[in-house]
Amino acid sequence: MAHGPSTYKPTNAFTRWLDSRLPIIRFLDDTMMQFPTPKNLNYWFTFGGILMIMLVVQIISGIVLAMHYVPHETLAFDSVERIMRDVNYGWLIRYIHSNGASFFFIAVYLHIFRGLYYGSYKAPREVLWLLGIVIYLLMMATGFLGYTLPWGQMSFWGATVITNFFSAIPFVGEAITQWLWGSFAVDNSTLQRFFSLHYLLPFVIAGVVILHIWALHVPGNNNPLGIDVKGPADTVPFHPYYTTKDGFAIAVFLLFFCYFVFFNPNFLGHADNYIPANRLVTPAHIVPEWYYLPLYAVLRSVPDKLFGVILMFGAIFVWALLPWLDTSRVRSNKFRPIMRQLFWILMFVIFILGYLGAQTADDSNLVFFGIELPIGKLLLAQIFTIYYFLHFLVITPLVGLLETPHPVPESISKAVLAKKGAASAASA
Amino acid sequence: MKLKALLALAAGLALAGVAYAAEGDVKHPEPQKWSWEGAFGKFDRQQLQRGYQVYKEVCAACHAMHLVSFRNLSQPGGPEFSEAQMKAIAASFQVPAIDDKGEVIQRAGIPADRFPSPFPNETAARAANNNAYPVDLSVIVKARHDGANYIYALLTGYADTPSEFQLLPGLNYNPYFPGKQIAMPAPLVSDGQVTWPEGNPPATKEQMARDVVAFLAWTAEPKLEERKLMGVQVMIFLLGLSVLLYFAYKRLWRDVDH
Repeated sequence: MAHGPSTYKPTNAFTRWLDSRLPIIRFLDDTMMQFPTPKNLNYWFTFGGILMIMLVVQIISGIVLAMHYVPHETLAFDSVERIMRDVNYGWLIRYIHSNGASFFFIAVYLHIFRGLYYGSYKAPREVLWLLGIVIYLLMMATGFLGYTLPWGQMSFWGATVITNFFSAIPFVGEAITQWLWGSFAVDNSTLQRFFSLHYLLPFVIAGVVILHIWALHVPGNNNPLGIDVKGPADTVPFHPYYTTKDGFAIAVFLLFFCYFVFFNPNFLGHADNYIPANRLVTPAHIVPEWYYLPLYAVLRSVPDKLFGVILMFGAIFVWALLPWLDTSRVRSNKFRPIMRQLFWILMFVIFILGYLGAQTADDSNLVFFGIELPIGKLLLAQIFTIYYFLHFLVITPLVGLLETPHPVPESISKAVLAKKGAASAASA
Repeated sequence: MKLKALLALAAGLALAGVAYAAEGDVKHPEPQKWSWEGAFGKFDRQQLQRGYQVYKEVCAACHAMHLVSFRNLSQPGGPEFSEAQMKAIAASFQVPAIDDKGEVIQRAGIPADRFPSPFPNETAARAANNNAYPVDLSVIVKARHDGANYIYALLTGYADTPSEFQLLPGLNYNPYFPGKQIAMPAPLVSDGQVTWPEGNPPATKEQMARDVVAFLAWTAEPKLEERKLMGVQVMIFLLGLSVLLYFAYKRLWRDVDH
């Protein structure tokens, strides 16, 4: 539901003067205060606000780090250690930034999967969904670029593996890879341009986030019932109702975040990244950051490099087709008995792919908690990769046509009252 | 009692089996108790001072520690040598410098100096060590998986080479090191290798290993105590804030059917 006519009234001479010249207070009042929001949003809908906070945390901590960091192959590692040792609260800023990246991704995955479960990608929110995918891709690039900056062993070898993806492109692959490196291998020129781009991309993300929120404010929020807002009875103003609810969720999220920052700051990193980069020594086991692991498993499930890279990017690209692949007329999985189960199977498949992505790259049998399973890791990754694509490309369109959804409530307020009635009847 | 011991043994064997299956045949370090673990963990000053002495008299013969300065030795949260002790330690080292005529000289160390490295560069270090490179120890505890336990296990884990094991010439058998053979000869060879001031525990090999690991944990994470103290404060604040926000949220929504 788009917002109705603006209800903002300037209260003094200055705001009246400003309102007729640049109605920015009116704009903020309309979009951040009065904005009619479905009153049945659950906690899964708080991750948008959490992501805004994490973006700001990352940008501010990153700008301060950039004041002390030196992007040079012989100085980068020691400059990070100088931040940890001699810069006032440098350890705090760095651990906030490095763990902040992980928590940014935790929040974005929950945000994406929430959209998947409640059908937030479906009409009229396709553009909103597509912009979200663009933000996710930009986040992946930014996270990767940032991970190279400390110039430890994983930084260097991670950068080597990822940039080599581009060498899989036929004919021009090698030329493109050398153009990206600015050299014939990952070296100082690569580090300097990665630093430059790592500083640039967060502001691009911020720009796309503005578009994302704009595209949210035209159709309005989806909600757990997945039905359209029918009128004022279905909504509450964003402020103070959702500012307090989001505020509570943000505080709880920061509790988890701060546990890692203060008590386990290196848990989500890899020990090898405290070894300075050395092009002559390849680490025994090159693993990307945890948030790339499912995609890493998809990549490695194919022996052919080019096909693997295509498949990996395809794994994200299928999300972009989802609004048109999903043939169901019901948005929320709450009313889709079959799709709801398939959703959880998909979550399981992605989790296992992530687990496989963290294993050594060989075709030995999978060892799970000390028990050797009678199946090769490679075969398992292939099966799960195939299922992943089948889910989006075949199962989703078919289930949408064949499934009989449960009846959908008439309106949000009616559903709420019915639930209330049932609850009071049960308690009476 | 016997049953408990038996159960512990069985559990240990099961765990060892898991470790064996997961990581090939490299031995996993046994978990140790360390004073700095946990939300309220702190370093033991005396232990860090003893550890520094082990580092200085044993490790520093080959290993550099170029990220640590003498002044760090008297900073809060570390070994906390007195200012005078720290200055005396710094002055006991000769560091390269340039005098006012531009000549390269050696002068006594000052608090701002980094720990001097035993070798001028990697090539010299390799030349003196049978082509093996003694790594810099500044962040070694963070640069190894399960760092403190691993280094303790490595330092105390040297053993006689099993008869079926093919040891390459110049290497030493250590089941905790990847590949089980390591260029570094056992650094802690006898009890009493280091003489500590009165009032310290006897310098057994295990005690020296524990203390030097504590010292290395501090050099890797010199702000650990400050971090944990602030962490407790931040968690208490966020917990209070969450509770307040929760009640504000519930209060506000009380009259809304949702």
